[in-house]
Amino acid sequence: MSAAPPAALADPMLPAPWRVRAVRRETADVVTLDLVPLASGVPCFAPGQFNMIYAYGVGEVPVSLSGDPADRSCFVHTVRAVGEVSAAIAGAAPGSVLGLRGPFGSAWPVDAAAGHDLLIVAGGLGLAPLRPAIYRVLARSERFGRIAVLYGGRGPAELLFRDELAVWGARADVTVAVTVDHADPSWHGHVGVVPALIGQIGFDPPNTVALLCGPEVMLRFTATALRAAGVAAERIHLSMERNMKCAIGLCGHCQFGPDFVCQDGPVLRYDRIAARLAVREI
Amino acid sequence: MSPTAPPGPDAQTAPVLLDRAGLQALVDALVARGFDVIGPTLRDGAIVYDRIADLAALPAGWTDRQEAGRYRLERRADAALFGYAVGPQSWKRFLHPPEETLWRARRQDDGFTITPEPPSPAPFAFLGVRACELHAIAIQDRVFLGGAHRDPGYAARRQGAFLVALNCGTAAGTCFCASMGTGPRAESGFDLALTELIDAARHDFLAVAGSEAGAALLAVLPTRPAGPEATAAAEAVLARTEAGMGRHLDTNGLKERLQANPEHPRWDEVAARCLACANCTLVCPTCFCTSVADHTDLAGTEATRVKRWDSCFTADFSFIHGGSVRASGKSRYRQWLTHKLAHWIDQFGSSGCVGCGRCIAWCPVGIDITAEAAAIRAMPGKAVGEGKGGNA
Ligand SMILES: Cc1cc2nc3c(=O)[nH]c(=O)nc-3n(C[C@H](O)[C@H](O)[C@H](O)COP(=O)(O)OP(=O)(O)OC[C@H]3O[C@@H](n4cnc5c(N)ncnc54)[C@H](O)[C@@H]3O)c2cc1C
Ligand code: SF4
Ligand code: SF4
Ligand code: FES
Repeated sequence: MSAAPPAALADPMLPAPWRVRAVRRETADVVTLDLVPLASGVPCFAPGQFNMIYAYGVGEVPVSLSGDPADRSCFVHTVRAVGEVSAAIAGAAPGSVLGLRGPFGSAWPVDAAAGHDLLIVAGGLGLAPLRPAIYRVLARSERFGRIAVLYGGRGPAELLFRDELAVWGARADVTVAVTVDHADPSWHGHVGVVPALIGQIGFDPPNTVALLCGPEVMLRFTATALRAAGVAAERIHLSMERNMKCAIGLCGHCQFGPDFVCQDGPVLRYDRIAARLAVREI
Repeated sequence: MSPTAPPGPDAQTAPVLLDRAGLQALVDALVARGFDVIGPTLRDGAIVYDRIADLAALPAGWTDRQEAGRYRLERRADAALFGYAVGPQSWKRFLHPPEETLWRARRQDDGFTITPEPPSPAPFAFLGVRACELHAIAIQDRVFLGGAHRDPGYAARRQGAFLVALNCGTAAGTCFCASMGTGPRAESGFDLALTELIDAARHDFLAVAGSEAGAALLAVLPTRPAGPEATAAAEAVLARTEAGMGRHLDTNGLKERLQANPEHPRWDEVAARCLACANCTLVCPTCFCTSVADHTDLAGTEATRVKRWDSCFTADFSFIHGGSVRASGKSRYRQWLTHKLAHWIDQFGSSGCVGCGRCIAWCPVGIDITAEAAAIRAMPGKAVGEGKGGNA
């Protein structure tokens, strides 16, 4: 962990200044930012956690960490411009300063998954919050049984981290399967939804841990497909998305049944939320 | 005064009596000690909490008549100072204000610096805190101070606050604290507790201290010892208030029934009446939700972040990219009631309702939380409440 923050920063609602060190464009509306703190060290984080990122005068939104937890030189975030705040963050130029609070929230149970087959299932931007878990798993892949990364996107142009997916796919210790909803002439891979990939890879369902991140409807279908395949509900973990204003359990916005997604989640265990996940508008 | 360790009944001193002049001396002593003294006053046809220096500001001889969707002030036959139940506001607006600037940021050549807003200066003294309101404050203490992260503004305001409780002498038709186990007797969490004793022969306040600060203050006031007759009269006041409670909520098994019935037809039925106006959440002394808004000055050199009360009844509250999670009125009323009476217990170890009845009286269409809860409670259902989903 980093040294104790200076007294003024002990206020959990006070963002600290971080400088944009580098910007990489991923797709037409998604960029990845490397951020370095102006006033402190880079804190540790656990795969699955997020930060609240503030664009000066515009606002603050939750964004997952998408970098390697072993890299302590910066925080890496992958942001899609969908509205005012996310567009301001995604548009931040190298050298500019953003505010940052965090890291917050629960983590993917990577270490607890050792000894099991591991399915990492992502939809759309959901690959970004899972990437830290993938880095950690691949750094010590011998601890796991079979490892698979299943990824679905709307179209080839919307897929994130394609170079990395190719590198991971070339390894002997991991299976990578990618699918798109709508192909274009450049695409020679799978076409269809992510849950359909589950039947195409080899794994031992009773001994499998699954990590899921993506749109809520994709989470529902994937969890249902995994249950049907024989994966235990308590070994399915999914990252939930809710409106967040504080990230520290005080503003009430992120409630999902009795859970505060900012504190109890975002990574939640399927067996504990399956019933409410099936109810509309919880 | 410590929000974390409210003194129990054992810490209370032997009761003494203050007359009206003695009560004014209490206010004077609090003002002299630098407190911002807040008490009940009459404004716009309601009893509202505001700054006071003189007992003349109190609603002497007024009472409130409350029913579903109705609140009206009436004259009492006597000149009681605290002869009403509860008004539209609670002490929440002082400890957890409707709007609070969190910090200011200044643009610099090289980024920006952020400075927290200094806490409000004078500590509060509250005069006339009802038992249900003491419980509401204790509940907000658990929300804002009891978790992994504390709200520093709330902590500062709460830490310094001096609480003068009042054992209720009147229950409104909307009151149900007795069934929530939150009143009408002020049992703990106060510095001083008063019971107003008024009849043809007297107008006194039986006072006990509940903290060292309360005992120290009481010691400098002009008091008389309270004999057994005065103590018995105070007990009679509480017994009468409890008997006059207009409503009741049966909480037995309610949490499980609410969590098991997200698709109960009653949710559609109440949604057809509810205007989603958010009045209920604003008047509720425990509702704590807030939003934040960011502003800049015209030149863009200073940016501020302001925190404001928010409500689960608004469409924006649950907005995520693509639309609101809770788009229908049904889902919003369900969220409110289920949070209040069920999830709150998982989250904070107690109900989020203290039975003050404000949401019933101030609902423009008279929706009654006790009736809605009873309707859902009447029907068993399949368990949906798995408890918290934490990844531990
Ligand atoms: C735990 C968590 C992790 C996230 N990780 C990422 C990530 O790694 N990369 C990424 O691009 N996005 C991520 N998001 C989503 C991101 O926070 C939203 O896209 C962003 O809040 C949109 O804000 P806006 O002002 O740009 O959009 P607008 O649509 O203008 O937002 C208006 C309001 O809705 C809220 N809001 C809108 N969409 C969301 C949303 N999806 N989730 C939460 N609040 C929302 C905003 O805070 C704001 O209050 C994450 C969300 C959560 C909850
Ligand atoms: S829910 Fe209604 S009765 Fe209960 S504490 Fe809130 S305002 Fe009072
Ligand atoms: S229950 Fe009544 S007070 Fe609450 S939002 Fe609905 S109409 Fe307004
Ligand atoms: S984001 Fe404020 S309580 Fe979770």
